[in-house]
Parts: sequence; C-alpha cells; structure tokens
Amino acid sequence: MTNVSMTVNGKAVNRDIPDTTLLSEFLREELRLTGTHVGCDTSQCGACVVHVDGKAVKACTALAVSLEGSAVTTVEGVANGDMHPMQTAFNEHHGLQCGFCTPGMIMTGIDMVNRYKAAGKKLDEAAIRDELEGNICRCTGYHNIVKAIEDAAAKM
Amino acid sequence: MSDGIGARVKRKEDKRFLLGKGKYTDDIRVENQSYGAFVRSPHAHARIKGIDASAALAMDGVIAVHTGPELKADGIGDIITGWAITSKNGEAMKIGAWSPLATEKVRYVGDSVAIVIAETQALARLAAEAVEVDYEVLAPAVATGKAMNPGQPLVHDEIANNMCFDWEVGDEAKTDAGLAGAAHITEISLINNRLSPNAIEPRSAIAVYDDAEDHYTLYSTSQNPHVARLVLSAFYNVAPEHKLRVIAPDVGGGFGSKIYIYPEEITCLWASMKTGRSVRWTAERSESFMTDAHARDHVTSAKIGFDSDGKIVGFKVDTIANIGAYASLFATATPTYLYGTLLSGQYEMPAIYCNVKAVYTNTVPVDAYRGAGRPEATYVVERIMEKAAREMNMDVAELRRKNFIRAFPYQTEVLLAYDAGDFDAVLNMAQEAADVAGFPARKAEAASRGKMRGLGYSCFIEACGLAPSAAAGSLGSGVGLWESAEVRVNPVGTIEILTGAHSHGQGHETTFAQLAADRFGIPIDNVAIVHGDTDKVQFGMGTYGSRSGPVGMSAVMKALDKVEAKVKKIVAHSLEAAEDDIVIEGGEAKIAGTDKKMAWHEIGLAAYMAHNLPEGMEPGLKETSFFDPVNFSFPSGCFICEVEIDPETGVTQIVQFVAADDFGTIINPMIVEGQVHGGVTQGIGQALMEGVVYDDDGQLLTGSYMDYTMPRADDVPSYTIGHGCTPSPNNPLGLKGCGEAGAIGSPVAVINAIVDAIGTDVEMPATPSRVWAAIQSSAMPQAAE
Repeated sequence: MTNVSMTVNGKAVNRDIPDTTLLSEFLREELRLTGTHVGCDTSQCGACVVHVDGKAVKACTALAVSLEGSAVTTVEGVANGDMHPMQTAFNEHHGLQCGFCTPGMIMTGIDMVNRYKAAGKKLDEAAIRDELEGNICRCTGYHNIVKAIEDAAAKM
Repeated sequence: MSDGIGARVKRKEDKRFLLGKGKYTDDIRVENQSYGAFVRSPHAHARIKGIDASAALAMDGVIAVHTGPELKADGIGDIITGWAITSKNGEAMKIGAWSPLATEKVRYVGDSVAIVIAETQALARLAAEAVEVDYEVLAPAVATGKAMNPGQPLVHDEIANNMCFDWEVGDEAKTDAGLAGAAHITEISLINNRLSPNAIEPRSAIAVYDDAEDHYTLYSTSQNPHVARLVLSAFYNVAPEHKLRVIAPDVGGGFGSKIYIYPEEITCLWASMKTGRSVRWTAERSESFMTDAHARDHVTSAKIGFDSDGKIVGFKVDTIANIGAYASLFATATPTYLYGTLLSGQYEMPAIYCNVKAVYTNTVPVDAYRGAGRPEATYVVERIMEKAAREMNMDVAELRRKNFIRAFPYQTEVLLAYDAGDFDAVLNMAQEAADVAGFPARKAEAASRGKMRGLGYSCFIEACGLAPSAAAGSLGSGVGLWESAEVRVNPVGTIEILTGAHSHGQGHETTFAQLAADRFGIPIDNVAIVHGDTDKVQFGMGTYGSRSGPVGMSAVMKALDKVEAKVKKIVAHSLEAAEDDIVIEGGEAKIAGTDKKMAWHEIGLAAYMAHNLPEGMEPGLKETSFFDPVNFSFPSGCFICEVEIDPETGVTQIVQFVAADDFGTIINPMIVEGQVHGGVTQGIGQALMEGVVYDDDGQLLTGSYMDYTMPRADDVPSYTIGHGCTPSPNNPLGLKGCGEAGAIGSPVAVINAIVDAIGTDVEMPATPSRVWAAIQSSAMPQAAE
C-alpha cells in the first residue's frame, strides 16, 4: 500500500492504495467516478482517456501512485455549468450511440482542440480522423463524432 | 409537431452519457459483493482428467472455487440452442452438450472450467491462475472447410463428421435444369471471414442472491433481459421466473453478441446462492475475444446461369458454415433461415437451390452478429452478379436492372415473400449521389497519379422485423417473436411507455417517445421510456434483427390506439359530445368546430379521479398491447463504394461511400443515419481489416486489439446517405427496420470496388498485403506465354 494525493476534478483526494492500482481503477473503484470506462486491456480503445495536468492520458496505462501531486480531470469534471461545448456538440451532432466510448471521445476531443489552438493549427476533418487513432467506437462509424469535434472546435 | 414522427429530435438519453453518469453493469455496486474469475481452457480440445484447486483455496481472500460437476449435481441445465433445424434427409440437427462449466472435455480456447470467487478482482484473477487443471490434450478440428472430412477429430464424440445439420432450401432439380439451359454460367468460390463483434463495453454480470426471499437479481449486459430470465429459469433451472429479476441497465453496444445467455451469467447466479455472496464478473477484452460469440465464417461455392438476354435462369449455392464448438442460441437459424432465404436478392430468379452444412469446430461458438446470415447472402449474390456482368461484358448496374423484381408482393423460390420495394429508385438515387457518370474521368485522373480506382455496387435486401411468430415457429423457432408495449398516462398527464425492446445505443428513449408526442401533441419531455428490467416491464423479446421499429414500435402504436380510444370516450362523456367529434392535437382533446376542450393533464386526472366516467368504464388510463407481425419487413438499398488503391503498397482508400436505403417510414432521420454510418463502418471493417484467426492448433491469434484490426476514424470516409421510401404494408407505421442494413450491404460494395480497380478477385479482409499480392499475381505473365 502506498499513500497517494492528487487533485481530481478540482478536489483534493488522498488514499492508501496497492501499488498496482491503475489510474482507471483508482477513479472507478476508489473515487466511484465511473464515467471513465475500460473497454480493453491493451490501451487501444481509448474509452478511459482522462486529462492529467492538462494532457490526455489513457487511465489504464498509468499507475495511480505515480501521479502524486497531479491534477486529474475526468469526463465528470469538464462541464462548467450545464455541459462543456464538446459535450453539447456531441448531442447536437448525434456523436454517440451506446455511450460507452463517449467519455474517452470527449476527453480526446477537448485535448486535440486545445493542442491545435495552442499551436495555431487548423483542426480539419483529416486532422480529427488522424487524432482519433487511439479511440475506438463501434457504433457511430465516427462520421458524427468528427462533425461534433469540428463544431466544438469552432465554439471552444 | 416538432417532436413527432420524421423529426430530427436530439436524443433525450445523451446527457447522462456525456456527463459520465451512465449506469452500465460494471458501474453498479451491490451489498456483500465478491468477484468471480473464470478458469479457462488454454487448449482447443482436451479431456479434463482432474482439477486441483487447493493452491487457489489456500490464498487469503479466496472464498470458493466451483466446477462443472457441482453445477450438474444441483440440476443446472446445459446451454440450449433456440432454433431446431431439420436436415435434408429428415434427421433432426445434432446438438452437442454445452455445460456452463465443462465437465469432461473442453472444446475451445477459453471454454470455462471453473469459477474462482474472491474478495477482490485482482485476487480472483490470480487465484484462477493457481487452479491446476490436468488436461489430456486432443487434436482439434479447426478449419471450417475441413471439419467434416473423414478422420478429423470429433468435437463431440457422438457427432459423426462434426456435422450439426445438412440443410437445404429451394428446388435442386429445377435449378439444375435451369442451369443446364443457361447461355452463360458464372461460378465463384468465397470465404466469408470470421468476425468478432466487439461491442466496446465488455460483457459483465452481477448476481445477487437474497436468501431471506430465495430471490435472485442479475444485472447483465443483455439485449433481451426477459429472454435471459426465461431461459435461465426454464432451461438452466437457476430459479423460477418469479424468483429471478434480470436488469439490463445501460448497455454499451451489442450487435448480437449480447443476445445470448453465456456460461458466466448462469455460473455467477448459481455461485451467488452457493456462497451467500453477491458475485460480479466483468470480461477483460481478451476474454471477449475468446468467449463472445463470433460471426460469419462461411466457405461457399456458387453458380449462376443467365439466358442469352442476361436474365437469371438458376442460382445454386453450397455453403459450409462453422458454428464453433457448441450450438449457441441463434447459431442454427443464422446460416439457414437468415441466409438461404435471402439468396434471391433483389432479382427475379426462377430457380434457386441452397445447401448448407453446419459444422462443429474447436473454436468459440459462432452466432448472429449485426446482419446475421443476410450479409453472407448479400456477399454471395452481389459478388457473383458483378463477376457475371464482367464476364458477359455488361454494365454491372444494367445486369442488375435487367433482373430487378418490380411487382410486389413477390414470392421468391426460397420461402420469403417480399412485400414492397422500389429497387430502381434506390439504385438511381445512389448512382446520382455517387456521380457515377463522372467516374471514368476520376479513374483516369487517378491513373495519371499511378493509382487504381474502382467502383463497386451492392444492391441488397434483408428480411428484418423478426419475426412473425407462427412462421418462425413453423421453421423451428423455439420462441414467439412478437413485442409488447404498455402506455401509462399518469394523473398529471405525463406518459410512460414500457417496452420489451431494449436500447443499447439505438436511441429508443427518444424515438419511442416521438410516437406519443406525435400522437397526442404533447412535449417529448413529458414522455419517459422504461425498458430493460423484468420487474418493471411486461414480458418482451428484446432488440436484435432490426425489430425494435417494425415490431416494438408497432406494439406501442397499438397501445396508443387503445389509449386514444379511451381518451375520446372520457372526453366525449365529460363534454357531452359524440366520440367521433373529438379531435386530439396539441396536447388537447377538442370537440371539432367548437372551443370546448380538455387539456391532456385534465384528461389524465379525470381518468384517475373517476368521479365522472362513462357508465361501466374502469378508472385509470393504461393500456397494453402485444404486436405480432404478419410478415418480415424487407428493407432494401443500394450502396456504391469508390476506392483508390496504391498498387505499390496495396493500400485501399475509400474515397466515397454512398448508402441509399429504403427503410420505409423513418421516425428520426438523425438516428437512422447514425445506424447506417455505424453499420457501414462495421462492414468496411469486415471487407478491409477484420478477421478472427485461429492457428492449426486452435489457438486464437487475434486475441486483442493489437492483433484484431478494428476500423479507426482514419480508415473510413464521411458518408453520403439517401433515403428511398416504400412503406412496409405489414405494420401500422410502415417501418422496415434500419439497424443492420449498413453491415449487410457494405462489405460486398467495398470488395466489388476493389475487384473493379485491380481486375482480379480478392478475399476479405482485403488487407494491403492481399491486395498487393492480387495485383502482382494478375500482372504476372502466364508461364505458357
């Protein structure tokens, strides 16, 4: 067991956890933030993407104890008020069906918009499709996810 | 009415998913919980000589280890198949026993042998590895095309040649005669590649036993919780139905793979009673690949004949279908009544014959997956039609047009009677949208860059809206395939619709609510949809086979009819008018031509206050209906795919994909288009990259997302969607069902486009290496020259 402190969605948390605890397990089991989903065991599907210190990270690839002092944001923590513009855009464009990959898509989408804005690059359809390499959706065929991210990019 | 039928209403259910507040099975926590992990066979085929659980049981925190013989001793039944098939010689199909936990033999890699129950998930998994199973390893039967050959190992010792059944449909003599008189014959040999469904939410189960009530609750990733309860009760003897509640909460995609009742749910329920602990289990993705029912896996040869005018005179198809180690729930219906019966496609075929031999192999069971049999049928029909057109030097669209069915109803030679369609309309729509006229110029331009362009068609038809119960029963179905609905108008006028269908991405909470909003002119936010809980909802059959619309919504419509009739009686009585004069619109019931009216909440209140109801009328406003369709529905469509191939690398890029569908009436175009996008992408996956591979020893080589290629966003284009509309005459709304069309029609459009581009056949998945090799081999000079 190791003691770990971090900030999750703006709140300080402190827990004693086994060293083997993945960030995804820490969020889901310890903090009961079940919006972070686990869809695979090889870090391919991207359903577990969260932000660690402002960068997109697959929560199933990080050990929680390695994130001492970090600031973690999950899908539960991005809305400021009703919904984040990315979340609103996914509703507007029917960018989700079963909803299981959606948290990872939202977190990846926000991250890519932020990065492209910071770099002054245009986030067009081809760039969005390329950036979604690490997120698998089985329902939507990506068509409306791409449209939603494109729309949110204009509004963020 | 902005929220009514035909409106692009934004989904009501989205918010909880977008905020991370969805409640999937693995998100639920229960009292007194423990974790289950399964001991699985590492061998494709082996005899179990002994199981030693002592090391696992000695681990601190391990609660129990249970094995197959214990379940058997407690009367837990074997896993059933739900559709009886009769072989052409009149014999019943041969079913090999499938114990939830294997007792004598294991028959595929991943076959469950024991359950370990522990205080934590990590411990349960560690302890499962500590269970020692003594196996006598046997040679496996693996390859679909070889499993029935003499001398192959027998998956079930008592089933000769691994043959489950040898089934036929159509008229062989008539077809042979037709082919004998043909002016041109085209032959083709095809493999329909084996797939893994891959809903992104892995299967999960939580079993809760309440000893005080002798009652069980199962939270399950199910597409059909009532069917699960029925089967768990009637066949697996877990508990009688009134002592078993099945809840399918938010479910993260199904595509067929979550129809079935798998060993894990049965075992967790039983183990919960045995241990007095709630038992939860969630699959890791590697378990999903090993144990979720796989799909397709056909080896087919086909022959089609034409007269000198290009009209079809006969079509003969021979298929070997791999059903895996055990016959899963719909495994026997999929390669028969959902396959052979669709072989007439969109064409007038005067003679058809299809023979299907289903074989057992030492691989995970194969069952229905999005499209189920119909993608396989479409693949055969549309590959051979394009091949024939090229051989006869005809335009591929013209050959299709020459043979289109144009008069409905049309009785095919393979049981089905199509009710409606306009195949010319969708073909024309697709050709226009794809700018087929401009293709030669695009091809030339691509060639100037050293690239190969091709255009491929798929004109397909499906039988959906599963299913007319009596017809299904006469063909061997073990269940009725109607659907139920209950419409409850509350005293305040809001509405709950309880449906036996289940939404796991399809958007029922929005589209079903649109029906009530449309009927009564009330806001959609005043309508709630209740589904997925056997304690809340009347018996229903669940969601698969594109049935939620044509069957599920039809039941809702019938219940709404009854509500409307009662409302009219109440209002006519209250306002002292004739029932025929009552008009319901805008959330009010009015006497036509007057200003006398009752608001919807006043009607609800009147029904429940019951102070002034017509004589003899029961209080309340709640109606139930069961809808049993009189026929299947027949969605049809035309897909056109355009590819550009780099001959240096064999990489195929899909540069445009047009999907023109005829789903009949559409409730919400936004949602229907989303279904098409997803289905087409799954079909592109099958065509270009997906494929389950077992090696000769029966080891699963594609056991993770590192090895099994899923379509990513940059593998597919944005889609162009068109809608034709010939309403189905067989249900109140004219719905045909839209869930499967994309996956049914798309693989063959992609492959036809590749064949058009490179000028030679290629098998699915048409990976870059296969396409490159095909280009090289066709470019190679013949040895004799």
